[in-house]
Amino acid sequence: MRTAFFDALMNLAERDSRVFLVVGDLGFGVTEAFAKRFPQRYLNAGVAEQNMTGIAAGLALSGKVVFTYSIANFPILRCLEQIRNDVCYHHANVKVVAVGGGFAYGSLGATHHATEDLAIMRALPEMSVVAPGDPVEAAAATEAIAAHDGPCYLRLGRAGEQKVHKGPIQFQLGKAIRVRQGTDITLISTGGMLQTAVEAADALSAKGLHARVLSMHTLKPLDANAVLAAARETRAIFTLEEHSIIGGLGSAVAEILAESAEREVVFKRFALPSAFACKSGTQEYLRTQFGLGVGSLSDAIYAATRDSRQLAVSVSV
Amino acid sequence: MTDSAEFAHHIRTRTLQMINRARSSHIGSSFSMADLLAVLYNGVLRVDPKQPDSPERDRFILSKGHACAALYVALANRDFFPDSWLDDFYQDGARLAGHATHVGVPGVEISTGSLGHGLPIGCGMALAAKRDEAAYRVFVMLSDGECDEGSNWEAALFAPHHQLDNLVVIIDYNKIQSLGAVKEVLDLEPFADKWRAFGWAVQEIDGHNVREIEQSLTHIPAKDGKPTCIIAHTIKGKGVSFMEHNLLWHYRSPNSEEMAGAMSELGVRE
Repeated sequence: MRTAFFDALMNLAERDSRVFLVVGDLGFGVTEAFAKRFPQRYLNAGVAEQNMTGIAAGLALSGKVVFTYSIANFPILRCLEQIRNDVCYHHANVKVVAVGGGFAYGSLGATHHATEDLAIMRALPEMSVVAPGDPVEAAAATEAIAAHDGPCYLRLGRAGEQKVHKGPIQFQLGKAIRVRQGTDITLISTGGMLQTAVEAADALSAKGLHARVLSMHTLKPLDANAVLAAARETRAIFTLEEHSIIGGLGSAVAEILAESAEREVVFKRFALPSAFACKSGTQEYLRTQFGLGVGSLSDAIYAATRDSRQLAVSVSV
Repeated sequence: MTDSAEFAHHIRTRTLQMINRARSSHIGSSFSMADLLAVLYNGVLRVDPKQPDSPERDRFILSKGHACAALYVALANRDFFPDSWLDDFYQDGARLAGHATHVGVPGVEISTGSLGHGLPIGCGMALAAKRDEAAYRVFVMLSDGECDEGSNWEAALFAPHHQLDNLVVIIDYNKIQSLGAVKEVLDLEPFADKWRAFGWAVQEIDGHNVREIEQSLTHIPAKDGKPTCIIAHTIKGKGVSFMEHNLLWHYRSPNSEEMAGAMSELGVRE
């Protein structure tokens, strides 16, 4: 996703002289091309995220389309009030980009686990929150947030993820992409869990359970219509995210369902507990530790769906 | 151009009326910077109330947003909005809130109130001017207390490195912060040396002497290639004897007796 983002950003900057990149002294090996091609529209603000974000607001209020870039929690939590007051309150055209969403930097320890970012960014007024599911979505999302007038948060995974989308996609902020058709159940994923969602759907399909897969690349505004359609058209909804169970995708979907008339649909959130992952581990290892591996997910989804079938039978009897 | 001293006097009296009517606070912080504001809005800032958003305008950021009543008076006096707006300051439904608010208020560049935000934003604006080869300047007014905020020192490091000589910091050094004397809460001294060491062109002035203020603010940058830092030595509550040097007037709203006394000292008949 990181490479897709920078490629898309370079293209954008070629077309739009307002595009400006501000980094917090991170991005070795990926920022140099932009800095060389557009030296007047590049800034390394140093290891100083509060100042970086205030500067970004100042640049944006002077007509620039500013991307701030750093890793994990650094561009969002260290400078959260700058994002709230300087960026959001002033409707400054700043796109906050964090590479390393979830456990992408798993082995670096819990300081580098971005696992509450979506919840915190979702809560901010004016802020759009985008977590693309693969490199194809990351490129499209970069274009889309640049075209959107106002603050955005872009959560990227890491470098080197597989493409889930094999062809071109229709990407629109706030509109989920249906990656798999299916009428039994629905899996909704956000961010880099898309690949896992698709693999889980394949595993379930082998057991005769056909899952619709939605890539909910935009957390805010959330595509409520896609959620409600899933509730009407399928028997169960499962949300998959590499994020705390508090305030992310699962919460956002639950909010829609709880206030809807859809009472029949089974609903379960797969997410991280509100706890620190204190052990070292790769992204894959840590996901598995928290039940977000393909095997345990597909088993849990199958079991939850089977329980609901029994429930439905006993109620009808 | 009116006389800056008269303008400062108007800022003080009108601010006092607003704060009294609103039962709000921060008189001391407003009074300490009244002379600085008066000079800024008396010909220094290249701003035009008819085109408050003109891209060529100088930017003024009141980072010490709690003292906004004085800024609102200056802006109303310079016809950015009607003087009558000042009467609703701090009231339910009013546009003019108790900390600097930009929404729907022409002339207020940035909403502030949480300290330590103005200077980084100012750096961004000044950098944009440099990169775009635009001629506007950026002025940021800081309080002394807010220099406790680390974000200011991040920006203090940044501006000289990028040779932002179109950026001016004015520090209203009234020596009193929220819970006591600056020297006792978190001493800033040697204050000028710190800014100098960071690479700023530093001037120390009497922040109540309009000639000295004019002299500094009309010679920007103080040194080519360097951002300018003007440390203005001021008196909290300047202008009303019983408010001067007194922490109480960071918070207190004057009762009718105090109001009469203050207006009398300011030479205003109610």
